[in-house]
Amino acid sequence: MLKILKYSFFDLIRSRWSIIYFIFYFISGFVLLYLSNDVSKAIVSLMNITLILTPLIGTLFGIMNFYNSREFIELLLAQPIPRKHIFLGMYSGISISLSLSLLLGMGIPFAFYGVFVSGQIMSLVSLLISGVFLTFIFTSISFYIALVNENKLKGFGVAILVWLFMVFIYDGIVLLLLIFFQDYPLEKLAIIISLLNPVDLSRILVMLKLDISALMGYTGAVFSKFFGNNTGMFISISALTVWAIVPTFFILKKSVKKDF
Amino acid sequence: MIEIKGIRKSFGKLDVLKGFDFSLADRKITAVLGPNGSGKTTLIKSILGLVIPSHGEILYKGTSIFNNWNYRKEIGYLPQIARFPENLRVSELLKLIEEVRNEARNSDELIRRFDLESYLHKKLYQLSGGTRQKVNIVLTFMFDCPVYILDEPTSGLDPIALIRLKDLIQYKKEEGKTFLITTHIMTLVEELSDELIFLLEGQVYFRGTYGELMTAEKEENLERAIAKILEKENVKDS
Repeated sequence: MLKILKYSFFDLIRSRWSIIYFIFYFISGFVLLYLSNDVSKAIVSLMNITLILTPLIGTLFGIMNFYNSREFIELLLAQPIPRKHIFLGMYSGISISLSLSLLLGMGIPFAFYGVFVSGQIMSLVSLLISGVFLTFIFTSISFYIALVNENKLKGFGVAILVWLFMVFIYDGIVLLLLIFFQDYPLEKLAIIISLLNPVDLSRILVMLKLDISALMGYTGAVFSKFFGNNTGMFISISALTVWAIVPTFFILKKSVKKDF
Repeated sequence: MIEIKGIRKSFGKLDVLKGFDFSLADRKITAVLGPNGSGKTTLIKSILGLVIPSHGEILYKGTSIFNNWNYRKEIGYLPQIARFPENLRVSELLKLIEEVRNEARNSDELIRRFDLESYLHKKLYQLSGGTRQKVNIVLTFMFDCPVYILDEPTSGLDPIALIRLKDLIQYKKEEGKTFLITTHIMTLVEELSDELIFLLEGQVYFRGTYGELMTAEKEENLERAIAKILEKENVKDS
């Protein structure tokens, strides 16, 4: 598996798109830091970008990489290795290489700015952790979608819809629910709802660390009130871990049965 | 060495393989022929474990291949379409497959045979279709396997490379290797194959030597014999 991972990683890290992705974060990091001159504000702005962009890039790279490697996957499947190793290796290779673009692209500007002496290193770490989680989660979801759909166009459409739903539509539905049922106690429902969306969980994670109550939103505030910041962060990280494991499990299950 | 017992496979409502028995002759070259959609590639992919048949059994040296991957150590496979990760260099691709198979490769002679020395450090997206097919051939033959399965091996090759490939297959056969080849190039079948199987609508329509097919169909060349079979089938269908 590690061999496939290594080559999948090197194939992607050398592609133009990985470099563009890195440069995008690199420039955004510098610009936001030096314009605002405030680590917290820069982190909030970058969080808003990260929460939309990392799921999108994970989705696109996962699905494109799978469809583009169709013939190569067939060649690998004809080699004396178990199927599981091929798919786990490819999926991890893509996710790790995208995560590296993210970590370096954001990490370098902050290191230059002096985040290590600002006392806010943990806020940056929480942002990076949620970015890495989102990369893994959305890459695995799109990988699974590609495995299930032979038709590229349909696979692509479904993957984009999932991204759109998680990033934009979900929040709208939650807001409507909260308005409709405002006369009832909604805290528990709100917690369950946010556990069901990795993008929401990531936002809560970063917000709890930054401790800016005005920006937490309803679900963040509930998390903070119910669990306190530290337990809240622990719960959101645990839920994100589950989110990363479940689609991977489905990938393995599907890959064993599929005809190529 | 490879035995197929009553395998069936359908994709949705389409029955691609309709249950047939077949055993691959050892140390010979068997050509699988048939019109498009007759089940050639599905047959090959079933043997390699890429497609999982819904019924029947496939045995390699007497052991079932299902849920087994070790037997693929003994099979060299040349896929129909040569597409590889674009940003890898040719040399890296050779090394990748070597590492995946966990077996020392023997590629120098093959690289010389197909004039690939100057391409080794190029990235795969820079190569033409024919050159990628040559790389594909090197990947297949760089390991010493008892069985080689080649799916349309000649696609995109220039005449020189084609002659070198034929020589290579002959040489390997003399070494005692078993071949299963699908192709639409009839001259290749005439020149190389010891045995033919002709698939039609997911079943074995004819099995025998080239000479036997010619006698059976009273024709002088393979193309006409096959055209005749297909015409007969069309008449039957209508």
